[in-house]
Amino acid sequence: MTPDTIDQIFVISKHLLLGYLPSSLQPVVSAILSVVPVLVVFPLLFAITTVLERKGLGRIQNRYGPNRVGPFGFSQPIADGIKSLTKEDIIPRNADQVVHFLAPLLLVLAAFLAYAVLPIGRNMVITNLNAGVLFFFAIGSMVELAVFMAGWSSRSKYSLLGAMRAVAQMISYEIPLVLASIVIIMVSGSLSTVDIVNLQAGYTSIWPHWFVFTPWGFAGFLLFMVAATAESNRSPFDLPEGESEIIAGYYIEYSGFKFALFFLGEYLGMFATSGLAITLFLGGWAAPFSFLTWIPSYFWFFAKLLVLIAVFIWIRGTFPRLRMDQLMNLAWKFMLPMSLLNIVTAGVWHFMPAGIVRWLVCIALLVAPCLLLSRLLKQGKKLQVRTYRFAE
Amino acid sequence: MSPLNGYLLLSALLFSIGLAGALTRRNAILVLIGIELMLNAANLNFIAFWRYGPNPAALTGIMFTIFSITIAAAEAAVGLGIILAVYRHTRSTDLDQMSSMKG
Amino acid sequence: MNLIFFILATLTIVGTAAAMSLRSAIHCILALTIGLVGLAALYLLLGAQFVGFTQILVYVGAVAILAVFAIMMTQGASAPTQPILSSSWLTGVSVAVAVFAVLAWAIHASASTQTAQPQPEVSVNQIGAALMHRFGLPLEIMGLLLTAALIGAVILAMPEKKETL
Repeated sequence: MTPDTIDQIFVISKHLLLGYLPSSLQPVVSAILSVVPVLVVFPLLFAITTVLERKGLGRIQNRYGPNRVGPFGFSQPIADGIKSLTKEDIIPRNADQVVHFLAPLLLVLAAFLAYAVLPIGRNMVITNLNAGVLFFFAIGSMVELAVFMAGWSSRSKYSLLGAMRAVAQMISYEIPLVLASIVIIMVSGSLSTVDIVNLQAGYTSIWPHWFVFTPWGFAGFLLFMVAATAESNRSPFDLPEGESEIIAGYYIEYSGFKFALFFLGEYLGMFATSGLAITLFLGGWAAPFSFLTWIPSYFWFFAKLLVLIAVFIWIRGTFPRLRMDQLMNLAWKFMLPMSLLNIVTAGVWHFMPAGIVRWLVCIALLVAPCLLLSRLLKQGKKLQVRTYRFAE
Repeated sequence: MSPLNGYLLLSALLFSIGLAGALTRRNAILVLIGIELMLNAANLNFIAFWRYGPNPAALTGIMFTIFSITIAAAEAAVGLGIILAVYRHTRSTDLDQMSSMKG
Repeated sequence: MNLIFFILATLTIVGTAAAMSLRSAIHCILALTIGLVGLAALYLLLGAQFVGFTQILVYVGAVAILAVFAIMMTQGASAPTQPILSSSWLTGVSVAVAVFAVLAWAIHASASTQTAQPQPEVSVNQIGAALMHRFGLPLEIMGLLLTAALIGAVILAMPEKKETL
């Protein structure tokens, strides 16, 4: 088995299976064979992530995570699943029944649809749309509607407030998210995710051509990750759903299976946005060094995805939660100008001749306004040096 | 009935549904939504003619639709801003009650 | 092709008719979302991928959310109790029916001069090139218009400063 065969093993086996079928059934079975692995793998990843997150957060907070259920606690998702499925499904009497039922369905549907354009390996994308990145953002915008439906249909003050805050946060952070991707689209000249990854799959000596290794790509990656954290309502941006703030916010009136669906939808959204970050900035399925290309491409995609998930968990355990106005200020007053500057920097990079000057100019173009903006935005607030006093 | 006629008929039906909504509902926001529906029907018309028309390579239908979607979104934003300002003044979005120009 | 067209057309018409006739305003917006997604699917059926996805991104992701926020801010989460149709609704409905009749007659009576055409393949690169070259001036005017709309909407919706005594 050559490395190429192992790399393309899923594609080859799918073609083999399709060869046995009559040609009228082939498109349907081909679609099913492409979609079912995504429907199986990503919920499995969700289950593993829940236990990894709880154990990771526990270790960051100097305690063990769950360690009772299986070997070192790794069967915890099974216990959680049984609990969620067997809990009583309570619906408030005043709730809007149809909308209350449809909201988690729409959320999970939108989260799953987003995986259709992510290239998981070489030649392994469900559909190579010409406008793939636009499709991803269009589906992502349906999540906001699902969140609002969930919050409004419960007819409870907490859930409505949580939904309004969550939707305001999501629409504010959608703009830096899209602007950070526009830089990549501008440089690669195509909206198709497969083309963007193919552009990053080359090597100069051993170094890869990933977009994150350029000044504008790095800044874009940072902006994209911050915006992705806010889009999935993850800490430190989880004010709309924080337990100590608003008691679970917009899904306060959901119990049992529907709550599990919300949880699943949120994590799937996180994986999908990380997948897009990997595709746009981190080279998709391409190996980091040219002597590592014998490892299959789908392994690299999932390795990068796991690294990003670990970073998400790390950030959740480290930073305090942002207040609503701090969150909105960050989006509109800092990230939006930085993303626009990023686009200008990418244009400057494109038109300057290759060399050290181009690096210095672009880094200066990005770092100086960043420092200036952060100083300016701190001006109006009277901040003092933080002192700590421990209890005696 | 050719496909183009089917699309044009659907677009005419959507336009009249939007028009009926814009002329009969009391809530100002729903009137605005009716206007948005009329714009959408016109967009469908443009795309249908682009697809079944004589010169699809010129992309005129698609361009017009892109500009129309943009303008409709901007108009919805400004319209809802006006409705909010009027609500602050009169505490109501009922169009039947706003029949006089006197503030 | 015809079956898919009829399914999508029915979905769109049901969604938009519900959007204009339901009692609660939020239900109207949610039904409108279904109608708009049906329209986006029709655009995809016609081969205009970019327009279909832009329709979902702009209308479902922005205009519908804006409308529900406006409804929340103007009437809150309470169910409406007053009549939903204005006092002159009969005139409105008859005008709409008359408009539909005229349009349908015009469509029916016009000569159909088409030959069967293959699906035109349009890539986003072509749209981008057209936007920059042939439609450069409309693009810039659109930018100006959006800026004016943004500033205008913010000024309109800003709470008025209370006069301090």
